[in-house]
Amino acid sequence: MTRFLLKGLFYDKSRSRLPIIVVAVGVMLTVFMNAYITGFMGDTIEMNARFTHGHLKVMTKAYAENEGQLPNDLAMTEVSALKEELSGRFPELDWAARIHFGGLVDVPDEQGETRSQGPAAGMGIDLLSPESREAERLNIRESIVRGRMVQNPGEALMADQFSQKLKVNPGDEVTLIGSTMHGSMSMYNFKVAGTVSFGTEALDRGSIILDIEDARLALDMYDAAGELIGLFKTGFYDDTHAMEIAREFNTPFETDGNEYAPVMKSLTQQGSMGQLVKMLDVWSVYIIAVFILAMALVLWNAGLLGGLRRYGEFGVRLAMGEEKNHLYRTLIYESIFIGIAGAIIGTSIGLLFAAWVQEKGINISGLMEGSAMMYPSAIRTRITPADYYIGFIPGLFSTVVGTMLAGIGIYKRKTSQLFKELEA
Amino acid sequence: MKIILTVLSATVVFCSYAQPEADIILERIDQNLSSENRIFESSMTIHGRRNSRTITSRTYAVEDMRSFTEYLSPPREEGTKMLKLEGQLWIYSPSTDRTIQISGHMLRQSVMGSDLSYEDMMDDRKLTETYDATVTGSEELEGHKTWVLELTAKVEDLAYASRKLWVDTERYVPLKEELFAKSGKLLKRSVMSDVVQIEGRWFPCTIFYKDMLKQGSEGTEFKITDIRFNRDIPDYIFSKAALKQ
Repeated sequence: MTRFLLKGLFYDKSRSRLPIIVVAVGVMLTVFMNAYITGFMGDTIEMNARFTHGHLKVMTKAYAENEGQLPNDLAMTEVSALKEELSGRFPELDWAARIHFGGLVDVPDEQGETRSQGPAAGMGIDLLSPESREAERLNIRESIVRGRMVQNPGEALMADQFSQKLKVNPGDEVTLIGSTMHGSMSMYNFKVAGTVSFGTEALDRGSIILDIEDARLALDMYDAAGELIGLFKTGFYDDTHAMEIAREFNTPFETDGNEYAPVMKSLTQQGSMGQLVKMLDVWSVYIIAVFILAMALVLWNAGLLGGLRRYGEFGVRLAMGEEKNHLYRTLIYESIFIGIAGAIIGTSIGLLFAAWVQEKGINISGLMEGSAMMYPSAIRTRITPADYYIGFIPGLFSTVVGTMLAGIGIYKRKTSQLFKELEA
Repeated sequence: MKIILTVLSATVVFCSYAQPEADIILERIDQNLSSENRIFESSMTIHGRRNSRTITSRTYAVEDMRSFTEYLSPPREEGTKMLKLEGQLWIYSPSTDRTIQISGHMLRQSVMGSDLSYEDMMDDRKLTETYDATVTGSEELEGHKTWVLELTAKVEDLAYASRKLWVDTERYVPLKEELFAKSGKLLKRSVMSDVVQIEGRWFPCTIFYKDMLKQGSEGTEFKITDIRFNRDIPDYIFSKAALKQ
């Protein structure tokens, strides 16, 4: 019977073409939407993780309490040993030391007098070690607008917007005026190797990025760092695992009254990130649920319309002696075939489209101007295993339910009136 | 009754002779602490939560208008120079070979991580020129009798709107000082000790500063190891060119 039904669908285009197109379009939109939301939400979290929070972060207890003030006087010391220990205990994470600091960038004129000056938000990261993945993590190479990447000690990258404000060009020497770990004023000269733009106002306003060893020299932080961030080598945040690691690391220090004892925090334990992650999870579930429901209604309606359109055909078949149950069953089987075909076609097109956006991205930097929160400058979809089956929920389920409801009418037809209906 | 009145009158007369006017106390303090010029070497020990650091320096100062400080140690600070010229402050850093003017909010920042701000270093004016004073009582402090003076700013551009001084009744040197913001909030506290007589004036050689708003600080001990008053200081020292020498 399956073969008979398939042949019927194949040769009678009026029974299959439009329903399959409707199902495919609905499924395609569902698959793309799911990949899009997963991508945008995930990128927002990952961007914040890569730039500031890490998937896990180790600081001193005192630093963690005043993190917003970038208190480098409370920074960790003997960081190399701690990093080695962390890499040994938690090999699933990549660990990197970072120093965040505030200061003033002072640009000299030809006589060495101040020509321009502006407040800077500095970041010292490992840019020069061959094994470091920091530049890649922060997408620095791709963010360079003018000049080149830092290649030698004593070089720095400046936010392009900031460099234009201070009228600084690659190759110029600037002085960073900051505060050492001990609170003294520090002055340190840097050569601007290049300028960068991350497309995020929060970073482009006054960022200066330098190699961590230069930051240590400038701020008198020998083998010290404000924070050690850990990122899962898989590239994706796993909250349950991160919480377990943090708990395991923190247990021996829980009763330690030393304010310089280390403390590890997962991404969701830092600032408002926990709320954000939860919120994004809930939002994505709501958005997907609403979309699936909407698509289900459309496809249900398509199923109903299909049933109504074939009202006459059902009458003839019943008049010819076909049993109502058989007719109802064949109708459902047909809708299953249409649902499967539409879902496969829709999922394929949706995945193709999602893969293209995942690769190319949609530039939204213009929309994010002035934003203090770090959002990705380009929206990229992310194809997850769910995208391979999520389209079948509205595609198959809704079509079948729609047909089942429409088919109920078959049982209401009276054989005595069939010929009268057909005559009409 | 007559006896009581006589005793009371005698006490009032005695007290008015024993406690001079606040302005006179301020004048005597200025005579001790201010000078036409001075050259001194000092060590500043900054007590942090983690460790203590000592920074030594040599300072040349002419009245309250000009001063030149050269940091002598530790190696990281060695060669750093500070020049104050009539309300303006420049810092020279030998590692960058740059001279930067410190102005605006930067003047409120800590000097070398200590409990002193650049503003504190800048303002060396006489108390009689900047504050009105009243004597509010007397207390004994570390075995010394002191008068307690409350000072209120009479000029606009001061870092501290009011001060409270505990002044040694014999040597006319403040032994303790509290500095307040306009809101009345206590900003800094300093305790003076090692009061010695140098060239006819009493001078506290050790001052312990505590910035009450600075977290993580255990205070800063400022010790004058050598001081000479009213010496000839060549004018070229107070020039921006001298910073790079």
